Amino acid sequence: MVKPIIELKNITKRYDDGFTALENIDLVIEPGKFYSLLGPSGSGKTTILRIIAGFTDATEGEVIFEGKKINDLPANQRKVNTVFQNYALFPHMDVFDNVAFGLTLKKRPEKEIRERVLNALKVVQLPGYANREISELSGGQQQRVAIARAIVNEPKVLLLDEPLSALDMKLRKDMQYELRELQQRLKITFIFVTHDQEEALAMSDEIFVMNDGKALQSGTPVDIYDEPINHFVANFIGESNILPGKMIKDFEVEFVGKKFECADAGMRSGEKVEVVLRPEDLDITTPEQGKLVVTVDTQLFRGDHFEIVGYDEDGNEWLIHSTNPVKDGKKIGLTFEPEDIHVMRFGEKEEDFDARLEQYEED
Amino acid sequence: MKKTRSFFMIPYLAWILLFVLAPLILILYQSFTNSAGQFTLQNYVTYGTSWVYLKMSLNSFWYALLITIVTLLISYPTAYFLSKTKRQQLWLLLIILPTWINLLLKTYAFIGLFSQTGSVNQFLTFVGIGPKQLLFSDSSFLLVASYIEIPFMILPIYNAIVQLDPALVNASRDLGATNFQTFRKVIFPLTLSGVKAGVQAVFIPSLSLFMVTRLIGGNRVITLGTAIEEHFMTTMNWGMGSTIGVILIVMMFIIMFLTNDRKKKHREVMADEKETL
Repeated sequence: MVKPIIELKNITKRYDDGFTALENIDLVIEPGKFYSLLGPSGSGKTTILRIIAGFTDATEGEVIFEGKKINDLPANQRKVNTVFQNYALFPHMDVFDNVAFGLTLKKRPEKEIRERVLNALKVVQLPGYANREISELSGGQQQRVAIARAIVNEPKVLLLDEPLSALDMKLRKDMQYELRELQQRLKITFIFVTHDQEEALAMSDEIFVMNDGKALQSGTPVDIYDEPINHFVANFIGESNILPGKMIKDFEVEFVGKKFECADAGMRSGEKVEVVLRPEDLDITTPEQGKLVVTVDTQLFRGDHFEIVGYDEDGNEWLIHSTNPVKDGKKIGLTFEPEDIHVMRFGEKEEDFDARLEQYEED
Repeated sequence: MKKTRSFFMIPYLAWILLFVLAPLILILYQSFTNSAGQFTLQNYVTYGTSWVYLKMSLNSFWYALLITIVTLLISYPTAYFLSKTKRQQLWLLLIILPTWINLLLKTYAFIGLFSQTGSVNQFLTFVGIGPKQLLFSDSSFLLVASYIEIPFMILPIYNAIVQLDPALVNASRDLGATNFQTFRKVIFPLTLSGVKAGVQAVFIPSLSLFMVTRLIGGNRVITLGTAIEEHFMTTMNWGMGSTIGVILIVMMFIIMFLTNDRKKKHREVMADEKETL
């Protein structure tokens, strides 16, 4: 295993008024990877970033950087840099002085500063902008300056606090590619905070899903999408049909009154579970051939697919993504493979979940 | 619609006309007349050639400057820590409260405090330093004038500090700046507008302070304000009084001009040629 660059051990953050922002967070960050902290607003993801950056203290727990505890190290001595949500560029300085800020403080020779600043601006594709005032820049350009100001210091870890949330859709998509590309080129560890699950899935090597100050699940984007640990994660990451069910035995689960072959095991037989079926895994066929039969209620054209809502005989709602339209009010059949069914236990801890998955996936 | 709007402008325009423009014109007119009511430039000649008036002007300027510096040195840290405290509204109220009390009352209160038998001297006697001459000294004048002006310096600075985005302070520390460097390079330059507004609000009125100079300074400090009062009330030389008034107004405009935020000149230097950092 690679030596971690940052470790959070049992971090808890409580405010004076008793509000608990973070509860027993354990996090291991390896060098050179792109991490995302993903969760709804108020889930504590930005607080983690602030603790790593040194803007706020953890009430309990240890922050470890390259093997050394840095809880008491002030922010200005930490080898991390931050890209702030609203960029936090200094309005009284031009682009050059903003980017040069860190190097000037370190009293680097003037020639070196000039070279590195101009180079950083080149990296973020803003050559020739050195003498612009901040107020003259668009949101996307300010974003790039903020990134340049951080990376020019060659930090070991770059913290990004929802840096794309203020940009419009098109620009955001472009910046996602650029950030990912930049990270791979510079080999700096990125810790990226976002509430946008698509953004996290597209860019990250690893995602930490958070809610209510707790880390719910960590893993690669594919793992988290395919094997969400609980209802919240399944719902938050992508769209899903979540139904109550019952485990019959290993690799067989019952829901909507029918038994289906599935790819999950390691649970008690008869255990109540939740079943996840992703809308894009449901294929439309004739009612005779379908494993399920639903009546189409509404459909929306989403550009690259149709989003169809239907109800089965028991009144359960089904969300289906299809490339072809269907007729409203028509009965259609739905088929899916055993691997498309994902079974979730209630209240399962992440370690237990991982252990169980490992157990039967090795067989 | 347009008519009604101009209708509501009437009180304002009337006020400006009667109490701002008309007095200004009258002062200007008076300054160019002698005691017989004839047109003359003599007042300005007197002002320009008399050592007394020059000294008075410099005196006014010097004391206004001292008062401004003292209030600034006290107000900036006060405003800064005020912006960090929990009960900001309460503290602000306590600072604003004295401004609701009449200036003369406050000045008389200081006479009570600083007199030979005042509480300050009683305390000094108690600790064995003995009663001292506190009133009618330059330092007591400075102290009382600063006391009166401090709220007008604190408020604009406080507003500027509160408006400062805390993320900028974090950004500065994040980039490696110590607290002092952050203050010097980020906090102070970005709150300079508040400082300038405060300097305007303190320096300009301080130029023409006269009651405090008389009651606390004991006429040891003669400023242009004192001179104007003297000319209008005692020597009845309205022409000369108005001339000094005009001089004061010109000084005020100069201060306004110097402290106003002017648009930064755009630097047209190529990135590669940039020398200054």
